[in-house]
Amino acid sequence: MDNILFYILSGISIGSALLVVLSKNPIYSVLSLIITFASISGHLLLLSAEFLAIVNLIVYAGAIMVLFLFVIMMLNLNETTEKNSNLISKLAATGAAGLLLISLVYIFKSYQVGQFSTQQLTEDFGSAHQLGKILFNEFLLPFEISSVLFLSAMIGAVMLGKKDLKQH
Amino acid sequence: MQLTNRSKVVVQKEMSFMEKLYIPAILGGMKITMSHFFKKKATIQYPEQKREFSFVYRGKHILKRDEKGRENCTACGLCAVSCPAEAITIVADERQKGEEHLYREEKYAKVYEINMLRCIFCGLCEEACPKDAIYLTEELVPAQYNRNDFIYGKDKLVQPLGTSAHPKTYKPYKK
Amino acid sequence: MEIPYELIEKTILVVIVFTVSLLTAMYSTYGERKISAFFQDRIGPNRAGPFGLLQPLADGAKLIFKEEIIPISSNKFLFILGPSISMMTACLTSAVIPWGTYLEIGGRAVEMQVTDINIGILYVFAIVSIGVYGVMIGGWASNNKYSLMGALRASSQMISYEIAMGMSIVALIMTTGTMSLKEIVAQQAEGHWNIIYQPLGFFIFLICAFAELNRTPFDLPECEAELVGGYHTEYSSMKLGLYLFAEYVNMFVSSAVMSALYFGGYDIPFIEYLGLSSNVVAVLGFLFFFAKIVLFIFFFMWIRWTVPRFRYDQLMHLGWRILIPMAIINVILTGVFILFTK
Repeated sequence: MDNILFYILSGISIGSALLVVLSKNPIYSVLSLIITFASISGHLLLLSAEFLAIVNLIVYAGAIMVLFLFVIMMLNLNETTEKNSNLISKLAATGAAGLLLISLVYIFKSYQVGQFSTQQLTEDFGSAHQLGKILFNEFLLPFEISSVLFLSAMIGAVMLGKKDLKQH
Repeated sequence: MQLTNRSKVVVQKEMSFMEKLYIPAILGGMKITMSHFFKKKATIQYPEQKREFSFVYRGKHILKRDEKGRENCTACGLCAVSCPAEAITIVADERQKGEEHLYREEKYAKVYEINMLRCIFCGLCEEACPKDAIYLTEELVPAQYNRNDFIYGKDKLVQPLGTSAHPKTYKPYKK
Repeated sequence: MEIPYELIEKTILVVIVFTVSLLTAMYSTYGERKISAFFQDRIGPNRAGPFGLLQPLADGAKLIFKEEIIPISSNKFLFILGPSISMMTACLTSAVIPWGTYLEIGGRAVEMQVTDINIGILYVFAIVSIGVYGVMIGGWASNNKYSLMGALRASSQMISYEIAMGMSIVALIMTTGTMSLKEIVAQQAEGHWNIIYQPLGFFIFLICAFAELNRTPFDLPECEAELVGGYHTEYSSMKLGLYLFAEYVNMFVSSAVMSALYFGGYDIPFIEYLGLSSNVVAVLGFLFFFAKIVLFIFFFMWIRWTVPRFRYDQLMHLGWRILIPMAIINVILTGVFILFTK
């Protein structure tokens, strides 16, 4: 049962991820990206990490992608407004993507599927309770630093948003 | 001069903190709507229940016949002259031999048309008529799909034969 | 072969919950027309059936048989997808709401909740945030400037108020210590309703619920005066019906969530002194829960026919400058309170 679900979800996520890259219309790209996020949440649910799955849905599908969609609708981007990029930038994009692929393959080559046994996990390892304990004990410093990063990003956004800054 | 006692002078003053909260105002509004919830409803269930007309109501015109069933109208044209909206068109004709039972006078209206889109139901035609021939009844002039259907000819205006009393449709304009 | 009791129970429960929520939404439309009429000294629909009770059926039949127009310049796939997403997300949320304690049928304790996941509140939030797409996609696919404006307004409004709503929930979770709706309701037994501990949080949640539902005074996405009909300007027939109906389903579900989170759900105060059997208590509890939901729906309608619509800058001002700071203060106050009482 789990395997069937896994293969279906994987098919959906890979297919929609391909659609993100291949579709000409930016709206379709964003919508397929949302489907990708939803299927990734499904994968997380299969791994019994409900909290992460739902947070992924809320933050990415529910908030960030809405803003993406918002901007694309506001700018009214469509197939006709897309400029044909020249050969050099195409080559550069292909090269960068290839490098990413190589590095990903290099990283995952050392992992072996089935190495990790799920037996050693406690029942509620994916719950918000456990996650909070780990975040605030083992990873307290990185967590706090990233929160400072978010705060500075927020302040920066507010500063950019204020148009008449010089007058004050 | 004040027409009603409900007028208020608009002042542009800074709102106090309580006013800025808006909540007392919203609660006050909710109280008002709730009081309307239990009030007597103003609806009249039309086809079953009809609102009573004012006794001076002026509706569709009627061309009267006398007690022998003859048309009163003599096509003098005073109604058309008095009509402020110029809604009345009359074509007069002479009464022939053998038509005495149809028309009371020697002259009668061959065509008598009222354009109900022009008519303002003022009742001046009724007041001008020297022969007691035209009256405004309580009947409504219904809506139509076609402009031409609003031009009422004699077929619609003349009081039907044998209905001398007209308890419902005919009600003279009370002074 | 063993009979899969669990599966049968859950299937029946899902069907019941689905039917009840759709029926309630159906009769909310009737209730809205009737209540708005009463607030305006009218009688409201009273021709279809006794007291007009068959009016929702007549409305539905009318919507289904009306001509369906898909604008030629619209994006057809997305045009159909929009209302479908709206309706689907509206119906999904009711899965985690605990409708009652449990019924004892044939020695088995049957839970009156479709599923109890330990992140129930977050699930509701996730589904609500997905619901924005229905409006956005529909508005964009119509290829009409009013629809697009309505969709943009709807999405920015919903995102803005989701933050304050989430913050008010954070304070609630801090007092309850769990995100499972079932446990939250169970903690409120014997009259310890959360509204006593979180009045400010409830107030913020209520306002945000109005905004999330796009109901007056926050119905800017569909305000007739400026935007013709907002995001559903181009819609006709049952697709328009789905959009309108989804609003009522959402209203039912958010009323249920509010009564579960803040008003004790199926809890009836002082019922334990009566000494009734658990089945009777469960049924009574469900009815009591339903009564709370109906009261909330009535409240939504009462506000709708009392308060006029906000201006857009007032809406954003209220959301970002008043509700979010208030919610943060509420979180801090709750934290301080917990720190000193424990």
